[in-house]
Amino acid sequence: MKIDVGYVAELARLELTAEEKALFQGQLESIVGYVEKISEVDVTGVEPMMHGRPLANAFREDEVRSSLDKEQALANAPKRVGDEFLLPKIVEGAES
Amino acid sequence: MELFELGIKAAQEGLNKGEFAAKDLVQSIIERYRAKNGEIGAYLTFDEEQALALAEANPKAVPIAIKDLINVQGQPCTCASKILKGYVSPYDATVVKNLKANGFIPCGRVNMDEFAMGSSTENSALGVTRNPYDLSRVPGGSSGGSAAAVGADMCIAALGTDTGGSIRQPASFCNCVGVKPSYGRVSRYGVTAFASSLDQVGPMSKSVEDAAILLKAIAGYDQMDGTTPREPVPDYVRAIEGASLKGVKIGLPKEYFGVDGLDGEVKRVTERAIKLAADAGAELVEVSLPHTQYAMAVYYIIAPAEASANLARFDGVRYGHRSEAATDVYSLYTKSRAEGFGPEVKRRIIMGTYVLSSGYYDAYYARAQKVRTLIKRDFDAVFAKVDALMAPCAPTPAFRIGELQDPLTMYLNDLFTIPSALAGVCAASIPAGFTEPDHLPVGVQFVCNAFDEARLFRVCKAFEDIAKQGE
Repeated sequence: MKIDVGYVAELARLELTAEEKALFQGQLESIVGYVEKISEVDVTGVEPMMHGRPLANAFREDEVRSSLDKEQALANAPKRVGDEFLLPKIVEGAES
Repeated sequence: MELFELGIKAAQEGLNKGEFAAKDLVQSIIERYRAKNGEIGAYLTFDEEQALALAEANPKAVPIAIKDLINVQGQPCTCASKILKGYVSPYDATVVKNLKANGFIPCGRVNMDEFAMGSSTENSALGVTRNPYDLSRVPGGSSGGSAAAVGADMCIAALGTDTGGSIRQPASFCNCVGVKPSYGRVSRYGVTAFASSLDQVGPMSKSVEDAAILLKAIAGYDQMDGTTPREPVPDYVRAIEGASLKGVKIGLPKEYFGVDGLDGEVKRVTERAIKLAADAGAELVEVSLPHTQYAMAVYYIIAPAEASANLARFDGVRYGHRSEAATDVYSLYTKSRAEGFGPEVKRRIIMGTYVLSSGYYDAYYARAQKVRTLIKRDFDAVFAKVDALMAPCAPTPAFRIGELQDPLTMYLNDLFTIPSALAGVCAASIPAGFTEPDHLPVGVQFVCNAFDEARLFRVCKAFEDIAKQGE
């Protein structure tokens, strides 16, 4: 089992150093090798268990309720301008 | 006796009789914290002023230590990760609201494996926690700070969380009672998500009765968590009155006893516990959970898959660490996450992303969910025949700090706690004795069917009584 750790890390939006890549390569291959075990189970006609208990849709009344106010929601922002989160420029040519 | 040595029941009695007030309890815990935290490291942070102010305002309340992934308004909530350094919770988790409404106050934040990923608390990015019974050893994990705080009398009781064994294994290592409620019994709102189909908050305490009191206080329907049913929470404290093992049918799952990695001393203590239960009138029968051998594999697909999705929220935008080196949005994500997460969290995010990725999803994630159904059916079948299961909790006693270096070897510690987590049933670790000659605590595990906590508490209380007599 060969895993392209660099590609998977890209999908996960995680920058890895060369040392981390090499370390994870071996470790992940041994973990994936272990979990391969489930391939021997006959699961024909078995329903997947999606959650910790059988669930139907859970509904509640559609009422307006208070939630965090703007200040509370922004209090942990790494960077902000006024009432907004500040981010690096996303769209070419736009003001950042 | 010092006040910090009290459990919940004794503390409530003293408060009600007016022998002392909540601030005396908190003051005693603060003194204990100052004397002990340097060597044990159970707490990450302890806001003494805030705890005393809460106690002044609630003179009859019992202080509870909180695992550092549960949000308490105005307190840090780091999940033992650098990525949440400096974060202050803007709201209370439902379990914290429930605590406050039922005569408890949050008091101190205890250490854990980063984002609850681990079995030794060694994955904490913020501090080392040591086992109070042997400082060279781990307290277990991921709720290792909770277990060490209870085991070292540094709190009255604590909240932990269990995803694959994170309450029960540290409880076993630190000689305390740890209960993983059935999936859905306790609201997860405000509890930082690791694996959403498995995570449950539960009590870690000095006695079964304390665990019953604490679970009753935190459990129940919550409109903020759609997985909590509307069924009322039974009175667990009344349920344990006159608890006895006479005539109780207890299954011994044979797959849990013949395992290679089962330590000889753990086996001896567990067999002694089984004999005590039999002598007390329990009817013991061998049962089989045939898909047990696949549970670890299923868990290490499903839990990382869910974790990789849950931890996508840490992107450096709204809260948490943001890299100074980011030049655009892509590098804001990749660098903030690289700098903020520790190695085990990165490993699980990559594992989870891999098993969910195109081309592998069906072979791993979809298939694991089907095998999970088979594991659940195993439990359904045995609970049609027996009231409870009894088994070892962890395959070994507390191991030495730094002893387990390979991730897969560390994962095997959860061998006996993972199947019941996957099935969504309730389970507990109860102190059963000590190893010789090292004198390390060993817990025995009891498992009952989903939403059958009242029975679980009865069985555990009856066992606790006979185990104490045997000492």
